[in-house]
Amino acid sequence: MSISRADVEKVALLARLTLTEDEAQQMTRQLNDIVTYVDHLSEVDTEGVEPMAHAVEVHNVLRPDVVRDSLPRDQALANAPKHSGVGYLVPAVLGD
Amino acid sequence: MTLVESSAAELLGQLGAGETSSREITQACLDRTESHDAQVGAFLRVDADAALAQADAIDKRRAAGETLGPLAGLPVAVKDLLCQQGEPTTCASRMLENFRPPYDSTVVAKLREADAVLLGRTNMDEFAMGGSTENSAFQPTRNPWDLKRSPGGSSGGAAACVAAGMAPLSIGTDTGGSIRQPSAFCGVVGMKPTYGRVSRFGLVAFASSLDQVGPIAGSVTDTALLLDAIAGHCERDSTSLDVAKPNYLQDIDKPLDGLRLGVVTEHFGKGLDPEVESAVRAAIAAYEGQGAEIVELSLPHSKHAVATYYVIAPCEASSNLARYDGAHYGYRTEERAMLAQLQADRKAAQEAGDEQALDDIDTALVRMYRQSRSEAIGPEVKRRIMLGAYALSAGYYDAYYLKALKVRRLIRQDFDQAFEKVDLIIGPTTAAPAPELGQFDNDPLGMYLLDLYTVSANLAGLPAMSLPCGQSKSGLPIGLQLHAPPLEEARLLRAARMFEQSGAWETKRCEL
Repeated sequence: MSISRADVEKVALLARLTLTEDEAQQMTRQLNDIVTYVDHLSEVDTEGVEPMAHAVEVHNVLRPDVVRDSLPRDQALANAPKHSGVGYLVPAVLGD
Repeated sequence: MTLVESSAAELLGQLGAGETSSREITQACLDRTESHDAQVGAFLRVDADAALAQADAIDKRRAAGETLGPLAGLPVAVKDLLCQQGEPTTCASRMLENFRPPYDSTVVAKLREADAVLLGRTNMDEFAMGGSTENSAFQPTRNPWDLKRSPGGSSGGAAACVAAGMAPLSIGTDTGGSIRQPSAFCGVVGMKPTYGRVSRFGLVAFASSLDQVGPIAGSVTDTALLLDAIAGHCERDSTSLDVAKPNYLQDIDKPLDGLRLGVVTEHFGKGLDPEVESAVRAAIAAYEGQGAEIVELSLPHSKHAVATYYVIAPCEASSNLARYDGAHYGYRTEERAMLAQLQADRKAAQEAGDEQALDDIDTALVRMYRQSRSEAIGPEVKRRIMLGAYALSAGYYDAYYLKALKVRRLIRQDFDQAFEKVDLIIGPTTAAPAPELGQFDNDPLGMYLLDLYTVSANLAGLPAMSLPCGQSKSGLPIGLQLHAPPLEEARLLRAARMFEQSGAWETKRCEL
């Protein structure tokens, strides 16, 4: 499969990145090299093989349902680029 | 022998006997860093006053006869990827340049409990993506054995500071070889434990199903000492294994009887540097000399490991790094200029009557995300986010991500079958010694192929370690890699110690 310049633009939007003209050209070339390499995986016979998402397949790790302290609000906000003291501030989302 | 030439185990002995103090050791590390790190660039930050204050507090407690932790008074360097409360944790990225975590990672908390001195934060490839530490947003790290060469990566600073005598012990992380490969290039010992053996809580995520924290040190015993302090179940990491932790130091000097070592045919194929091959073959012969049985075997799917890794790791990375949105923490673009430009773009499209262009213009929020991320994230990280987003996008998910997960199982099954016949697998850590800086500037795929021998352990979740086994004619260290079945770190360490004790290779100090 080859990746077109239009694919790169589309993926950049999905990934919430903006690429300069130079970056987009270089990215198209490099992603094609990498994807050509990983395309070799299609030669592997995986008929009937279960996908393995984790090395240790542990499920439903539970702990007692006990209320614990959570991060205080001021500490949760302390690293925010912009906050009001009660919440994070971002550019207007509605009515834009 | 000076303090910076002593092993951590020797220093503990001297501390216990009252022959030295934590202040003296810490000061020696700080002096060494002061005089040599301008050349090497292993550390991103060292807070000498804070380190000395910790050392003094431990010395005081020792003098008062208090019971101290197992690393009491020993300086430990920490890769700048593990959260330390109130201290910058940058991941060598502009994105997190001003980030100060509100809590300690479990590993940092365990180091504190062990009474270690937190010496400073080491350089790395941005968000641990890369194999050369050249992808740091702040500085490259140089290999102490040859300053024109890379220390490897992504834990390049972590390995280089140990090799250069700036710290006896160092914490790294390994997602595809990021502890073992720089350890091999810098002539030190490094281990990636079993997935789940060491808590990932407070480790800034790259690829969550592959990331693992581990020790780097100057000797096998020191590696065991550090692993012993950081390993164990953690209820804040749901992938942490709830199993008993053995004492890794207990039997470390006892050779393994009837050891069966697997030598993998695929590890000695095309592309293996002849000097690396002969050093590794000599190490295998040294084990034979100690009574080990050598078993030739095949890992038929290992040739697909790099491709599998470079699908799975970027997919997980693109998802994990979505959290850097310029809203909750991290870098945000200059908002006023961004909004002014957005308005100008809209006006231009309106005046041109271009409906399509007007439609394509991002909302203010999306533009804030995109511009913040694009300004603060470096090229290698962008590449991996893009690769992952592509492989996960509609139409490609089955062909790439799902396919890679299936091949991952085949890779694991190869190991499971191999470990029915052998106790450990032995081979090279890397195909060649450390590359020159800049060698892979325009060749990301070439850099990815450096991970050939290391990524399988991450995909399969196995423990593996690298230890020095030789030197090239030009004086560069060569690493020997051992793989063990899950949770057999103690076996790995004992086998590595056997090699050290065989006297087949004596690691030299690097002259700076």
